[in-house]
Amino acid sequence: MASAAARIKETAGRKKPVRKVRILIGKPGLDGHDRGAKIIARALRDAGFEVIYTGLHQTPEMIANAASQEDVDGIGLSILSGAHNYLLPRIVEMLRDKKMGDVVVFGGGIIPDDDIPKLKKKGVDRVFTPGTTLQEIVDYVRERVRPRK
Amino acid sequence: MYDRKKVRKISEDKRRWEKETLARVLSRSPERLSRFSTVSDEEMAALYSPDVLEEFDYGRQLSFPGEYPYTRGVQPTMYRGRLWTMRQFAGYGSAEDTNARFKFLLAQGQTGLSTAFHFPTLMGYDSDSPRAKGEVGKCGVAIDSLKDMEILFEGIPLDKVTTSMTINGPAAMIFAMYLAVAEKQGVPFDKLGGTIQNDILKEYIAQHAWVFPPDPSMRIITDIIAYCSDFVPKWNTISISGYHIREAGSTAVQELAFTIADGIAYVQAGIDAGVPVDKFAPRLSYFFNAHVDFFEEIAKYRAARRMWARIMKERFKAKDENSWKLRFHTQTAGCTLTAQQPINNVVRVALQALAAVLGGTQSLHTNSMDETLALPTEHAATIALRTQQIIAEESGAANSIDPMGGSFLVEKLTDEMEEKAMAYIAKIDAMGGMVNAVKRGYPQREIADAAFHFQRLVDAGAKKIVGVNCYEMQEEVPIPLLKIDEAVEKRQVARTREVRRKRNSKKVTSCLDALKEASLSNANLMPLLLDAAREYATLGEICDALRETMGTYTDPAMF
Repeated sequence: MASAAARIKETAGRKKPVRKVRILIGKPGLDGHDRGAKIIARALRDAGFEVIYTGLHQTPEMIANAASQEDVDGIGLSILSGAHNYLLPRIVEMLRDKKMGDVVVFGGGIIPDDDIPKLKKKGVDRVFTPGTTLQEIVDYVRERVRPRK
Repeated sequence: MYDRKKVRKISEDKRRWEKETLARVLSRSPERLSRFSTVSDEEMAALYSPDVLEEFDYGRQLSFPGEYPYTRGVQPTMYRGRLWTMRQFAGYGSAEDTNARFKFLLAQGQTGLSTAFHFPTLMGYDSDSPRAKGEVGKCGVAIDSLKDMEILFEGIPLDKVTTSMTINGPAAMIFAMYLAVAEKQGVPFDKLGGTIQNDILKEYIAQHAWVFPPDPSMRIITDIIAYCSDFVPKWNTISISGYHIREAGSTAVQELAFTIADGIAYVQAGIDAGVPVDKFAPRLSYFFNAHVDFFEEIAKYRAARRMWARIMKERFKAKDENSWKLRFHTQTAGCTLTAQQPINNVVRVALQALAAVLGGTQSLHTNSMDETLALPTEHAATIALRTQQIIAEESGAANSIDPMGGSFLVEKLTDEMEEKAMAYIAKIDAMGGMVNAVKRGYPQREIADAAFHFQRLVDAGAKKIVGVNCYEMQEEVPIPLLKIDEAVEKRQVARTREVRRKRNSKKVTSCLDALKEASLSNANLMPLLLDAAREYATLGEICDALRETMGTYTDPAMF
């Protein structure tokens, strides 16, 4: 832990205050399993990110619109309905249409291993499988997601 | 349960044991953990002995099987008379696919059916709705109209097999389609046995498949209750479900408390709608989770029976014994299964199923080992069913009634579980009942807190999950997974469009108009829903018509 004085110095030394990374947690599709999404939203908020949660039953349009309105840097998509092969690439596509192709899209839920390479090819940066710790996800977001210019 | 003097003597002896025998060992080698707790993080003592039950009154707390307060079981013979119903939840792809799985399960000795619908059906959308894109047949069977329902139950006599249907938001519509199939099979309604889940409160709380807002949803439920009490007397009108509350991350006490509080809300709604309590209460049933903490679960089921009996008799003044009896279905806990080393899930399921049997369940679904990865394959579903059959036929668990009764530990846990759950119920009563509590997001928040707490414990290694945070393996044997053919969606959409072309659309329109009009009055909607089903109005059309008059509901998105 840095001392208070050191922290003030550190902040003072920065040219511009860096804004917090903004993450949208989204639940695409019709499944109602939001246990994971809510836990991850909390864990990211506790880790210092700004978190927006879409709530359940979102269409790709709704998620892309929320991402643009909230000007987010990363999107975490939780899906357990089996519709990931359609919904996740569709969201990436719609972000690209909105010139938000640089937003980091990651996902998790019930997604068979075989489907992961296909999703990655279509622009999903990372897929977390069951058993992932919250810390792994927090570390990933910290490492991978930067404030967009 | 014991003589006071003798209990005091036991207490003294226990203190002596702690000071002498136990302390000597602990001074050399301390216990493994600084605190032992259940999966719900309730602290457990090192030893339970008669002194924990000093005030215990056998007649008041336990009594005998088939007698109030039914702690030891709802039937006098329990599994010596008849085993529990082995009811495996199944549904995927098209109605043809699921019909074939049903027939397979019945051929394997399964004794009842349980239907899983795909998400569009659960949310009241047709397969050709834009909302359904990518979801058709994925997590259950696609049912859009009576046509699909006819195929689903083709060759299955509805007067011989009981069917449970996991449907809530559009329960009345799907039930109407089922009734229409019965008519076509020539089965009178009073011969139909089965269950619709129809528990909308836990949808807002945990499972999240709704169509309408809470108040109109409660009205539809009371319409079903009133209709069935007159015309489908053997049908279980609500399966009041803790399963999903637990899966969403609640503790065992929360599962028990919120589920019984939901039950209280339904009984009150039925009474308020003018149906005498003893006319509908015997047809309410429960559905609990069988989680991984063995004794906590057994205590939960026993406490549930006792609580419900007391609530029905004392709070609602029910006179019919059948109104006091809490009958329940159990499903093993999907959320405890791991994607890592998936074959280990067979063992988890066996332990959970045994807890359900020792807790006196009336029917049971055992999960398949592959369910964290996909819907079960036929092979995995067969092992799951065999697990129940091994418990029933080989383990001896079905020989005597309530074999855990009298265990110092289980009785103490049962008492504590009841006490803590009743405290929650008092809190919910103070909020004006569960409907209001749900609108305020109270149970939702409690569950999210518990889920987060548990995940933190797992991440910290304080709660262990084999293969996940201990005993991990690099090399894992892959198991075959069920893939839903993408062509299912195309075929289903084509079928529903054909149904729309072939039916009498004038009649459909007039049915839907009548329904809308009735929804604005106090008329019972069931007969009108049955009319609409007979004319092949689709689920999406019926729900859309009622959305106009009853409104919609969106997730408050709290976290």
